[in-house]
Amino acid sequence: MSLQGEPPAPREGLVAEPLREELPGLGVVSLVVPAPATKRSPEGVREHLAVLSTRFRGADALALRQRPVPHAYRVAFRHVGLDPDTTRTPVEAAAIERLVQGGFVSRGLLDDALTIALVETGVPVWALDADAVDGDLWLRLARAGEQLGEHDGALPLPDGQIVVADARTPLALLFGEPAPDRLPHRRTARLLLYALRVDGVPLVHVEEALWQCADVLAA
Amino acid sequence: MVVIADRQVAPLLGEEVEEAPARRALRAQIARLEAELARLTAEVKPRDRIAWSIGGEGGPRLLGIGELERVRDDLAERLHEVRETLAARAAREAENRERLQRMLRDPARHRFVRISAADVGQPGCGVWHVRPRLGLIGMLMGWWQVKLSSGCPLPRPAAGPA
Repeated sequence: MSLQGEPPAPREGLVAEPLREELPGLGVVSLVVPAPATKRSPEGVREHLAVLSTRFRGADALALRQRPVPHAYRVAFRHVGLDPDTTRTPVEAAAIERLVQGGFVSRGLLDDALTIALVETGVPVWALDADAVDGDLWLRLARAGEQLGEHDGALPLPDGQIVVADARTPLALLFGEPAPDRLPHRRTARLLLYALRVDGVPLVHVEEALWQCADVLAA
Repeated sequence: MVVIADRQVAPLLGEEVEEAPARRALRAQIARLEAELARLTAEVKPRDRIAWSIGGEGGPRLLGIGELERVRDDLAERLHEVRETLAARAAREAENRERLQRMLRDPARHRFVRISAADVGQPGCGVWHVRPRLGLIGMLMGWWQVKLSSGCPLPRPAAGPA
């Protein structure tokens, strides 16, 4: 995962055989980028959020689930036993927050970059501390006795849950927030951005979400 | 080395391998039902009070045939309810539109009847109201008219704790 030399490129992670068989199209794509030096979003990023807030109105929120990419994520939620009307898909959660807050509120450069990538593409992106991740990300089923992360009080995972994992341990439930001990912190030097691909969403679209996020972080 | 074989779904892939096409078919049906529900979302109004959720606990996992069938059936049931709700509303609105026409033709036979824009499927806060012209005099003389009050009520501060 070196950042020197050639520019970083998105990497497709492995998908465990049963998942590949049962849920074709499901995948994880990651990209390592330098962590931003500043926590606060520059003016340009905050303006970007403001423009997105203007572009995204109540009618758009209603029409969201009819658009191909958000629809594909809703279907993927259904296919893995999640109800997208209870556990909102990330883009619908962002849409509701936009309506409730009256706009996309700036919460720091990393959060803003993730929000911009999500709203622009419909593809959810999460960030991890790249140095806290052991090897490449992959999708698999949780095994009996596993926990989400390795910190004190780590959430025990029921057998058979679909997780995003590194070589050592599960890092996040599918479509869920990552374990707290793998999240970026003040001393994080490199970020591991990852996006989940589902059936009906082309790889190029997922990569675009990662690039969008990386571009905003480099702003 | 990463081991990607997983024992936990052996039941899904081993002895029940013949069920895989059935699960694929069920997933395709779920996708179609979800698409149809999404299409109807645009036609639904908040006052239809449709409960969209079909429930889904237990986190992300590979669903077996039974669970997929339950999701498919619940979605089909929800779709049926949404269609029925929309059809009932369309019928109610058509009836109200006819009633409004009768009211406009003969206000005296529809004294004090109120029909709102929402009742006839129109946007806005307008209300057609049959009222006597000149108040009490109009009531005594049988002078009835339909008044259309337009405009939404002015916003008021939310009622807070006393």
